[in-house]
Amino acid sequence: MATLPNAVPEYLKPDSIRTGLSRRKMLDQVFVIVGLVLMFACLGILAILFMNLVMDGSERFGWDFFTNFPSRRAERAGILGAWVGTSLIMLVTAFCAVPVGVAAAIYLEEYAPKNWFTAIIEINVTNLAGVPSIVYGLLALGLFVYQFGLGQSIAAAGLTLALLILPIVIVATRESIRAVPKSIREAAYGLGATRWEVTKDHVLPYSTGGILTGMILGLSRAIGETAPIITIGALSFIAFLPSSPVTSEFPFISFAWLKDPFTAMPIQMFNWVSRPDQAFQANAAAAGAILLGMTLLMNAVAIWIRYRFRKKINW
Amino acid sequence: MIDTTSTRGTPESTLRNEEPARSSQPPAGAATPRVNIAVDDNRQTRAITSVKAQVDNLNFYYGQNRALKNLSIPIADKQVTALIGPSGCGKSTFLRCFNRMHDLQPDTRYEGSITLNPDNINLVGSGIDPIEVRMRIGMVFQKPNPFPKTIFENVAYGLRLRGVRNRATLAEEVEKALRGAALWDEVKDRLQDSALALSGGQMQRLCIARALATTPEILLFDEPTSALDPIATAKIEELISTLRDQVTVLIVTHNMQQAARVSDYTAFMYLGELIEFDEAAKIFTNPSKKATEDYITGRYG
Repeated sequence: MATLPNAVPEYLKPDSIRTGLSRRKMLDQVFVIVGLVLMFACLGILAILFMNLVMDGSERFGWDFFTNFPSRRAERAGILGAWVGTSLIMLVTAFCAVPVGVAAAIYLEEYAPKNWFTAIIEINVTNLAGVPSIVYGLLALGLFVYQFGLGQSIAAAGLTLALLILPIVIVATRESIRAVPKSIREAAYGLGATRWEVTKDHVLPYSTGGILTGMILGLSRAIGETAPIITIGALSFIAFLPSSPVTSEFPFISFAWLKDPFTAMPIQMFNWVSRPDQAFQANAAAAGAILLGMTLLMNAVAIWIRYRFRKKINW
Repeated sequence: MIDTTSTRGTPESTLRNEEPARSSQPPAGAATPRVNIAVDDNRQTRAITSVKAQVDNLNFYYGQNRALKNLSIPIADKQVTALIGPSGCGKSTFLRCFNRMHDLQPDTRYEGSITLNPDNINLVGSGIDPIEVRMRIGMVFQKPNPFPKTIFENVAYGLRLRGVRNRATLAEEVEKALRGAALWDEVKDRLQDSALALSGGQMQRLCIARALATTPEILLFDEPTSALDPIATAKIEELISTLRDQVTVLIVTHNMQQAARVSDYTAFMYLGELIEFDEAAKIFTNPSKKATEDYITGRYG
């Protein structure tokens, strides 16, 4: 090269490289600090909220709170009906949303031809996730409660919330199915597997972690939903439990509880908050803390499951 | 081993002189005598005594795009046939016709035939189920792709697909396949360990064992060593050489030395066409086409 040393442009000289570099590294640091501040602000708000609930409701925490029905006297009112109702609703939701959602995701990923029709379905599955939950409540009121004659029952509530989280389950399942490498599918097809064999022997087992994570995230969204459950007519004052799923007589399992009226945690909270008696605010706070705790616990389980499966299958 | 460098001394002028002659010939494969080396004694090639599969005027289309053009070659029974050529020449596409892998993609089409002997069926014909084809013709892929299951289950999977449930039979066949793939001694004490714990070369031999377990009639290798280190590559090559006693092997390779080392017959492809097919020794020492010569001497590709 014929370039003389003094022809080196200013921006290529070591001195200017150094000054430029220190400025760029400073910007890097600034971003780290801004990011940390924002992150702690978010976490801090959540922590303050949680602490606030815990402190407000501190006088209510105790075994009795879980085993008492609601009462006119705040200190004796508990969440027995609410947590049992919520648990049973979640059971119905999981049993309905997961098989349907996983099957839909498998169809879209493994079977459906890629054409405009499936493209429209895909877009709308994503759109469904954005539909306001009250709209699902109205749909369920017309369809499940009146049309199917399920009434204001646990089954109707479970189905409503299943509809609500279906898009979440479908999207999460599709993503984890897509994470199974093409080479694994080719290996199975190459041995003469049918599409169903590839799906059940390989795609599904290897994406179980992601599917379970999606399911739990969906459920932890559903557990706090209030609007659709109010719409279909959850009771807010309930002094009895749904009939027991386990019976003493053959066949020992009963599904009568599906048709029973119910209440749920967010409904119970809403009821307490709207009471004029100040003492019930403590009940509402305590129930809120417990609901938030349940959600955080479910998310923690989701993270743990994902971690377990990631460790086992490392492409 | 064949010394591929020996052809480098050929004067350019002689090669150039061949050009007009070549272009006047119809493209290789279009019912030319290229494939008739079995009867062409003048060329002193080893005759193909038994043809496992005969490719006739094979065309393959991705949508409107014609990826393979009038390919015709015989695949010798219990021999190793290598497909070489620069990237994008269609050699992998050709290989994947043999087990109908293209059928997994929409909008693909075959024309012509690959006749499998002795039962005389057309592998790319519409009358045969691609799944049957894949059950009879095994494949080993470019990147080792064991299932994230145990070593045992990897090898047993093909048998399970065929309905084998008997544990003793499974164990016996798995051992036989692992021995066949020269992997048994390394894994016999840890058959229940995850296959993902193996090294890259071991994984690839596991994939070979997985394909061998169902005694395929033809075993396809799609650049099986391109993701492996030289030592693992040497083991796989050695394995392929021993496999020719039991199975017909078709291998795609980027590595010409590898083709020269392992193959009995070699086909050189370029832009979806078959340029030259001959005994490997001839292709690598004295190819009859200038394009082949240029490719194996490293002028392009």
